[in-house]
Amino acid sequence: MTKFIIRRVLSLIPTMFIIVTLSFFLIRFAPGGPFSSEKKLPEQVLQNILKKYHMDEPLGKQYLRYMGDILKGDLGPSYRYKDQTVTELIKQTMPNSILLGSIALGLAVFFGVGVGIISALKQNRWQDYMAMSLAVVGISVPLFVIGPILQLVFAMKLHLLPTSGWITGRAGILALIMPAFTLSFPYFAYIARLSRGSVLEVLRSDYIRTARAKGLKESVVVAKHVLKGAMLPVVSYLGPAFAGIITGSVVVETVFVVPGVGKIFVQSALNRDYTLIMGDIIVYSLILVAMNFVVDIVYGFLDPRIAYK
Amino acid sequence: MTDEVILQVKDLKTYFHVDEGIVKAVDGVSFNLRKGETLGIVGESGSGKSVTNLSIINMIPNPPGRIAGGEVLFHGADLLKMPVKDLRSIRGNKISMIFQDPMTSLNPFLRISTQMVETIVLHQGLDKKAAKAKAIEMLKLAGIPAPEKRIDQYPHQFSGGMRQRVMIAMGLSCNPEILIADEPTSALDVTIQAQILDLMKDLTARLGTAVILITHSLGVVAGMCDTLCVMYAGRVVERGATGEIFAEPKHPYTQGLIKSVPRLDQAQGDRLRSIRGQPPNVIDLPDCCPFYPRCDKAMDICKRKYPATTEYGNGRAVSCWLYTEAK
Repeated sequence: MTKFIIRRVLSLIPTMFIIVTLSFFLIRFAPGGPFSSEKKLPEQVLQNILKKYHMDEPLGKQYLRYMGDILKGDLGPSYRYKDQTVTELIKQTMPNSILLGSIALGLAVFFGVGVGIISALKQNRWQDYMAMSLAVVGISVPLFVIGPILQLVFAMKLHLLPTSGWITGRAGILALIMPAFTLSFPYFAYIARLSRGSVLEVLRSDYIRTARAKGLKESVVVAKHVLKGAMLPVVSYLGPAFAGIITGSVVVETVFVVPGVGKIFVQSALNRDYTLIMGDIIVYSLILVAMNFVVDIVYGFLDPRIAYK
Repeated sequence: MTDEVILQVKDLKTYFHVDEGIVKAVDGVSFNLRKGETLGIVGESGSGKSVTNLSIINMIPNPPGRIAGGEVLFHGADLLKMPVKDLRSIRGNKISMIFQDPMTSLNPFLRISTQMVETIVLHQGLDKKAAKAKAIEMLKLAGIPAPEKRIDQYPHQFSGGMRQRVMIAMGLSCNPEILIADEPTSALDVTIQAQILDLMKDLTARLGTAVILITHSLGVVAGMCDTLCVMYAGRVVERGATGEIFAEPKHPYTQGLIKSVPRLDQAQGDRLRSIRGQPPNVIDLPDCCPFYPRCDKAMDICKRKYPATTEYGNGRAVSCWLYTEAK
């Protein structure tokens, strides 16, 4: 097990190297640059700006300089958010996104798995049809529709929750509810469908027939014999889902005015803010790799056939 | 074996409703099982053997399956009309089942101990510790070496033959009156098959358990069973004591089956015999004898009506037009 962990951590180095190198060159090959959308600058001014950010150097030299910087833990200055470094920007917004994302994913797992199991057990009955219709709505209705509908009902009509905003303290919890539910909805829908399919598959398996032939109650059969095997696909989905959900959603952040990292990610790409894009990519890749690693570990606990050496 | 009948299956009918029509997987099956008896059910794939036995403990998946009629009397009580709660106290306790594929019939996510103990605790009312001791004892009886250690392992750590031994140990752990074994050796290789059959024979004889052995191998039946039911297309076409049926098979299908068994004393160069044709499609089967297209002795009447069962006493019976007149 320890060996496995060490090997996985070491394998992170070449993975990250490849990701950083590819992204570094790819974003520079895309048309436009961080300063190309400025209004026409005098040639000398532009040259000074480029010089300041070492962008007048050959690409190879820029690459080596950047690699040296990030090895020192310096993600560089943002080209567009004046006087702010990439690290600062991510540090300011990332915790908000992690908080919101974790709550949303928690809700999605809780309701998704629950609804999925009920649907599978009541296959082709009204409970199943209701749940799966809800799931289709969740997958197909965009967040910028769901968000404002929630705001209209719970804030404007019922006055139960604040419309939007990010407040610290107790009132903040109320402000979190709507964005968290909105963000969780597509994930909930996907997890519900995934669990339903996987529970149905396990229910048809030979060992469930054995369990029933032993005279076990249906509730015991489901809780003890079905769930463990049925949760494997959900667990594998949760890795990438977690990485995706805590790196923010530009829609939810915009609708509910949440100072999250998602908007920064999108803006950086639109602005060709090279250093910030690279920062986003590094953060996202690290989280994704880490989450897949966690998933593998959890798999080992769930499925005794998997042994890590 | 005594004369006390513990299980009576009377005119059992299990139908499956599929898009193409009604599949009469089991259509009027009757037989008796006496205490300590080993009853063999033979037939080709799709003849309704497994469905018959799943119907006995009322475990047909519904939908699409439905038990359309008949009775299954266990000590006089109809298992098909029993509340699920009562039925559950019989499943795995008085009547237990082992299945064809030991590789998939044990839960891969749970230890052997968990799977065995839960059954014993449920039916015998023992605490977990005593149940585990009982489980170890059963594994030992089933010929698992070092059962104290093996019991805490997972199914994937056992070979196919060993898993079937575990299934047998689990099936017999509550001293059932009836063990239903659904092709228990079909998924195993031949040397292991013999070991597993010997083990089943030995253990059930020792515990006085009656066995319903489902198989498509006449060799297995000859060595194991006291009595025999031959099934074809959802019906029992012939039944009786194993010796009698082998000595004098009455139904042309049974005759064909027995002739198809390769013999050691067969002259070299002789072709292996087989029954020509394929088993019928059982969807919306008309009321004919389903075997007539493959039967050498088919008559006009065979195409029009299913024959009544001719009883010869002592459990011997055959359903064939060849014998209805003679009666």
